Amino acid sequence: MVEVAFFAGATGAIGGAIAVVALRNPFYSVLALVVHLVFLAGIFLLLRAQFLAAAQIVIYAGAVMVIYVFVAAYVGGIEEPKFDSSPQLRIIGPILAVALFIQISIAVLGSSLTALGTEGTAKVEAGFGTPEAIGKLMLEDFLIAFEAASVLLLIAAVAAIVLAGRKRESKAS
Amino acid sequence: MAIEWYIVLSAMLFAIGFIGVLVRRNPVVILLCLELMLSAGALSMLAFSRMLGDQDGQVMVLIVLVVAACEVVVGLGLVVAMFRRRLPLDVDEMKELKG
Repeated sequence: MVEVAFFAGATGAIGGAIAVVALRNPFYSVLALVVHLVFLAGIFLLLRAQFLAAAQIVIYAGAVMVIYVFVAAYVGGIEEPKFDSSPQLRIIGPILAVALFIQISIAVLGSSLTALGTEGTAKVEAGFGTPEAIGKLMLEDFLIAFEAASVLLLIAAVAAIVLAGRKRESKAS
Repeated sequence: MAIEWYIVLSAMLFAIGFIGVLVRRNPVVILLCLELMLSAGALSMLAFSRMLGDQDGQVMVLIVLVVAACEVVVGLGLVVAMFRRRLPLDVDEMKELKG
């Protein structure tokens, strides 16, 4: 049962990822990324990360993708020009990526971590990955990281307004 | 399901995102491919967190979500600024900073 769920999720996630890279229209790429993230959230559930699966769907597939859709619509459906100016990258890119994949796989599968071949530790606490457990960890052990994240979000919001906002002077003149 | 499978899936998704960053030229799509690579990293962290039965990895993934959201906001702000100045939305055309 777990195998079926995993391979269904993996197929969807990889298909979505390939569609993001391969589709010409950026708008369709955004929609493909939403599909990818939904399947990935399913895989997160198999890893007992209920809270993060929900957060992935709400934050990523919900909020972040809405910004992408708006920007893709604002910038317009610029059809990507043909890959004529850098044909060499088009060949070298996939070769490098396959090499990277093989390298990571060798590094992980060839390591002496015997636990990798198991399904993970058998003794998992009852509340593993629930919002209660994650919230408790965030507000007790990782309070500084939590506060730093909130400051980072504020800075990013200010930066977005500064970067994308209209110039005041031009409006006054 | 052995943990290896999740790690291999994560490596595969990372490699696909890597192809996208190298091959595509539209900055919006390059940002999307960066999202792919970030989510692949998050998947591997969750897999190791499950392997060790330790939830610290899940908190780390939550922080990665926050950083990804910031990166998207700033990156898309840059794209909008490029569009306003009528610069071409093509990373190969942005040669001003090249030495």
